[in-house]
Amino acid sequence: MHRIFRLAHTILSVYYAYMLEYRAELLFWVLSGSLPIILMGIWTQAAQSGQFGLGAIDFARYFIAVFMVRQFTVVWVIWEFEREIVEGKLSFRLLQPLNPFWHHFASHFAERFARLPFAFGLLALFFWLYPNAFWIPSFGNLSRFAIAIILAFTLRFLMQYTLAMFAFWIERASALEQFSFLFYLFLSGMIAPLEQFPPFMREIVLWTPFPYLIYFPASLLVGLPVDFGRGLLVILGWSTGFFLICRWLWQKGLRQYSGMGA
Amino acid sequence: MSAIVVENLSKVYPVAVKEPGLKGTVQHFFHRTYREVKAVQAISFEIEPGEVVGFLGANGAGKTTTLKMLTGLIHPSSGRVNVAGYTPFQRKTGFLQKITLVMGQKQQLIWDLPALDSLRINAAVYNIPDRQFQQQVDELTEMLALAGKLTQPVRKLSLGERMKAELLAALVHRPQVLFLDEPTLGLDVNAQVSVREFLREYNQRYGATVLLTSHYMADITALCQRVLVIHEGQLIYDGSLEGLVDRFAPCREVKVELAQPYPPEKLALYAELEAIEGQIVRFLVPQEILTRTVAKILTDLDVIDLAVTEPPIEEVIGRVLKAGLVV
Repeated sequence: MHRIFRLAHTILSVYYAYMLEYRAELLFWVLSGSLPIILMGIWTQAAQSGQFGLGAIDFARYFIAVFMVRQFTVVWVIWEFEREIVEGKLSFRLLQPLNPFWHHFASHFAERFARLPFAFGLLALFFWLYPNAFWIPSFGNLSRFAIAIILAFTLRFLMQYTLAMFAFWIERASALEQFSFLFYLFLSGMIAPLEQFPPFMREIVLWTPFPYLIYFPASLLVGLPVDFGRGLLVILGWSTGFFLICRWLWQKGLRQYSGMGA
Repeated sequence: MSAIVVENLSKVYPVAVKEPGLKGTVQHFFHRTYREVKAVQAISFEIEPGEVVGFLGANGAGKTTTLKMLTGLIHPSSGRVNVAGYTPFQRKTGFLQKITLVMGQKQQLIWDLPALDSLRINAAVYNIPDRQFQQQVDELTEMLALAGKLTQPVRKLSLGERMKAELLAALVHRPQVLFLDEPTLGLDVNAQVSVREFLREYNQRYGATVLLTSHYMADITALCQRVLVIHEGQLIYDGSLEGLVDRFAPCREVKVELAQPYPPEKLALYAELEAIEGQIVRFLVPQEILTRTVAKILTDLDVIDLAVTEPPIEEVIGRVLKAGLVV
């Protein structure tokens, strides 16, 4: 246990230092996630007509929550893993008695701490510009959000890491991620809250992993009604599924690995 | 028990074949054809603990593929490997704790951070207690003359310093078996010498087993008593360095300084003439008639000075690698 704690502490502190090397880049990375703010403008305008069930303020809160959820859950592991395979850098990781998964997970986790101060800064700026949209979530909602956001990040990471395993066979596995991003974009609630979907479609979508990556935690934060228990079960179910597939692909992939360029 | 045992080890890769030009590109897109490349073919050898062995071969001969199989990075197509009592490809923790691989053209240190940060990660990954880690780093820093360099970002280090820091990172868990793939690649002569000296000292101090590939023959002659030569995936020589020279360079060069010039046709009667520069003549003499020939030259000719030398080792090995001379 002591070993795991020391390992986690060391890796997180070094990767945090690594991320802080990119001071200017961090701000741009945060800004690059501002699609929800643009969509917010569109939806709040549309809500003036009054035919969407949610008011302009609700939309503003929802999309600012989406922006924050994206900041907590952004994942790029597939590009890093692909590069490690193509350039043979995975070799160094394989020589060490620690699954490379943990290096990637830790670097993403540490990056959150480097990124969030910028994100909170933008949040403060937003509420200063639109004080009407300001709200304070209840303690209960905030607690449920905290659990949901950790699980959402884990699920998103596992999903992308599983796709990354295909780099053992096809080298440009990021193409798979770009394809799946289409589903992520439309089904996760990033473009529109799930309330805007037709009911039968919404019911189907709620069994896929996508809404739990954005819609679920964002709704908890703004107080939209969601089934928390069912949400947790679906997330855990998908996470377990992806974890098992990922492990299987890892074992198969290692036999395929040729340590290119190294 | 041997530190490394290799029996009939082979590796076959499928490689996609593409014809040049647009037609070839279209064909390659719709119908990919592969051919099998036999990178390593049924090689066998054993290395005892504490031995330093040079692994020689031209580019593409199969050296790196063999090292990858020995370190568990890739799975052999057939054959058996045992390193430090383990089967490498299983990548058991005990195995990974005992080995290291240094690749001259690759780096494991985090580019934007001081090397010490990467070393701290390694210490935690290999579960080295803090005090022991500090001791190890101090000792290796001294051996590698890296004082004050470990707190600078890696990108600010010179190539030589970076390679030494890479060595430090690769050895901080004090492995027993070292696989070194071109550890002095691209370094200047001074840096090459200091890396070489460090490796010798590490081997002597810790009794580590070393398998080393290098294109710099000076690395091999300075460090290795034994060499393995691989050609087109096959092991063609396993023995001492001197043995390699004896076997593949059966001639010696005899350089004679004469008191007076002699006509070349007369000199050619003694042995094959390599060069004549005024009164200095160089003969190439087969080893089996060396004593007789030298005696004859000394008796017949008016000699001021005579020296017998071996041809340069680079030349011998170059000849072996090029021709793939099979023993």
